Amino acid sequence: MTAALVQLTAAQAGARVRARELDPRELFEAYRQRAATDELNAFTWVAEAPAAAGPSPADAPLGGVPVAVKDLFCTEGVPSQAGSRILEGYRPPYSATVVERLTRAGAPLLGKTNQDEFAMGSSTENSGFGPARNPWDRARVPGGSSGGSAAAVAAGLAPWAIGTDTGGSIRQPAALCGVVGFKPTYGACSRYGMIAFASSLDQAGPLTRDVTDAALLFGQMVGRDPRDSTSLKFPEPVRLPHADSLRGFRLGIPEELTGTEGGVEPGVRDAFDRSLELAEKLGAAIEPCRLPHAPHALSAYYLIAPAEASANLARFDGVRYGLRVDGEADLLTMYSRTRAAGFGLEVKRRIMLGTYALSSGYYEAYYGTAQKVRTRIAQDLHAVFERFDLIATPTSPWTAFELGAKLDDPLQMYLNDFCTVPMSLAGIPAISIPCGLSDGLPVGFQLAGPAFSENRLFEAAFALERAIGYDGSPARG
Amino acid sequence: MASELSHVLDHIEKISELDLSDVPPTSHVVDAATPLRRDEPEPCLPREVVLAGAPEPVGDGFGVPSPGAAPA
Repeated sequence: MTAALVQLTAAQAGARVRARELDPRELFEAYRQRAATDELNAFTWVAEAPAAAGPSPADAPLGGVPVAVKDLFCTEGVPSQAGSRILEGYRPPYSATVVERLTRAGAPLLGKTNQDEFAMGSSTENSGFGPARNPWDRARVPGGSSGGSAAAVAAGLAPWAIGTDTGGSIRQPAALCGVVGFKPTYGACSRYGMIAFASSLDQAGPLTRDVTDAALLFGQMVGRDPRDSTSLKFPEPVRLPHADSLRGFRLGIPEELTGTEGGVEPGVRDAFDRSLELAEKLGAAIEPCRLPHAPHALSAYYLIAPAEASANLARFDGVRYGLRVDGEADLLTMYSRTRAAGFGLEVKRRIMLGTYALSSGYYEAYYGTAQKVRTRIAQDLHAVFERFDLIATPTSPWTAFELGAKLDDPLQMYLNDFCTVPMSLAGIPAISIPCGLSDGLPVGFQLAGPAFSENRLFEAAFALERAIGYDGSPARG
Repeated sequence: MASELSHVLDHIEKISELDLSDVPPTSHVVDAATPLRRDEPEPCLPREVVLAGAPEPVGDGFGVPSPGAAPA
């Protein structure tokens, strides 16, 4: 029975609960047992039972289908550690708005998922609680930073999950694990209660089995929140997609993000090209386009994000929560010993990079210049969207790599984000859907559109998903 | 770590090759006014709930070593 239950998409399971054909407690228990025996280190904490606070599942939009939540979402009374030893065992006194909304909509918390520390990484190897593994090949990474969420959904340990995306942290692990990952327009979802990495870039979004599940979950996450001044009222209802063709869609293919310059592997490029052929058969008009500043996006990102992180992470000082080392020393010594012991190598690297980029005498050359490059990238995209509805690229230049393969070379690790960072800098929505396999490993296909084009994006991704016919789940038995 | 950071900075510094003299820096990515909430006090978390997460609470506040204490 469990095996049959976990084959259902979240939308299918929720529909059965609402039709009173499936007991939500049975559904929760099936996933709870799978999550509790997780061998991928995808979870950092698993719930014992659905929280008592939720609505009646049969009457709720999400039908009692449990959701796995990335560790960095504050969750009242539940460990919320952002993958960091500096927050080990931290149980916040409140929940993130997004978590509250999903609970109210009938998606009880299943567990918290592993991640790169403070979302800094592309492999989940930077977790303070050990790396998560890819269910397609356990010697390989699941991507990151939302690697635990992606691995859990791919392995059928969770029906769906949420993560956060700063420069690709939802889309890239979704691609490497063969699931759908969606980064919304900046401001669509409240960031209240998300432990911050880079505030001008961070966005919450779903990781799911298919596009319908992504639209369903996103529809309950979205909306203005008085507690986050950057959150916005979504201009229209989020609709479940039904398109069976791409007629009327003009699809631009940016040369800068699809060629070998970004290191796109031949197998990834082949799977991407096959999907483009399918899109054309479905009626899309496909043409190359140019994003001249896209090759500089990564440089701008790796100045802006660390700069914001260096400010955001100042709050971890051993005073109000989390780790404290040598509390008997003087104040400055306590700060520095706490941070030296609590932060991992990559976090320290980025704090130093960000502090350097913001320092007097270098601010204009680094941070100031990066913010101007960001303007150029947004202008490039704006110009492209005058001619095209959406753009398409591979999500990641390569498939899942072996654990340890890129750990010694930060720059190589940063190149994971080559195809995803431009959309983050411009604040536009982008979705990754699985488009096939290369040497037995999943490949992601990314579609991006203008701000608030989510409904169009879901329609196009849905039509393409059906045409691709991907059903490459690793064993979920 | 110094050599790793130098390597990263070498890559990043390629952006200095761009002519950006007439380009304004990005301040907001989405073209919408930032709405402000009403400036009205709301209930906040009880003191004991907040202090429960503190590593070394003292009385009804956060305990810190003296800034002037001799280094250990």
